[in-house]
Amino acid sequence: MNCKEATHLMSEDLDRPLRWHEQVALRFHLMMCSGCRNFRTQIGFLRAAIRLRSGGD
Amino acid sequence: MTKLNAIMTQADPPADPSVDVPEQIQGFFGEHRPDLVRFASIQLRDPAMAEDVVQETLIAVLKGHNAFANRSSVKTWVFSILKRKVIDALRLRQREVPISQLGSGDEETEGHNDLFDRRGFWANEHKPHRWANPDDSLEQKQFWRVFELCLDHLPERTSRVFMMREFLELETDEICQELAITTSNCWVILHRARMSLRLCLDETWFTR
Repeated sequence: MNCKEATHLMSEDLDRPLRWHEQVALRFHLMMCSGCRNFRTQIGFLRAAIRLRSGGD
Repeated sequence: MTKLNAIMTQADPPADPSVDVPEQIQGFFGEHRPDLVRFASIQLRDPAMAEDVVQETLIAVLKGHNAFANRSSVKTWVFSILKRKVIDALRLRQREVPISQLGSGDEETEGHNDLFDRRGFWANEHKPHRWANPDDSLEQKQFWRVFELCLDHLPERTSRVFMMREFLELETDEICQELAITTSNCWVILHRARMSLRLCLDETWFTR
């Protein structure tokens, strides 16, 4: 798996349950890739920020 | 405001007289109206329509305040009604301007290829770096201004899907049905939206 594919899976992880083999492949990629680890944290932050703005307490 | 007064006077007294719910609601709207309008406006891309939707929300909230008895908070409740009103407004617009008419997505062709090298790994200068204290940013007005500017930069089709997913918290299936696009197309659009938004915040706010 390369980073581009990983970003797709990390995004889709916010929209659907990942399949078992996708989870494994992604986890393996993340172990080796700090750029993608940061990417995952940051798109999670985007979601949290928006929820905070739209009435979430 | 006569309309409001009429609603106020015909409203039943709240169950608990120590808490005047309409007053709480009025207070909330007085304080947060600009936030509510911005919330609606950024999704509808139409300030006048956003004002209308917020006004309708206020009326609906005042009418239904008896149902509010044990809600978690006025804010959560108001936003849940506002979201429903925004969805209604979007439905109306979808009938007028179906998303399929918003261009074939030319403006949103995979524009992030330059972030990766030929093998699909992050290009050195685009590799995401850790953001410094993102949680502190949430407290800053300026951050939200930048955030909204970044949202405004999304192509309209991308924006519509992303707003429905993140602001209105609809499930992907619902969005696909609503907009008559395929699920996999939905995922691709959401991925693009997140890529763009992350990049924009990275460059404009979390400067390296």
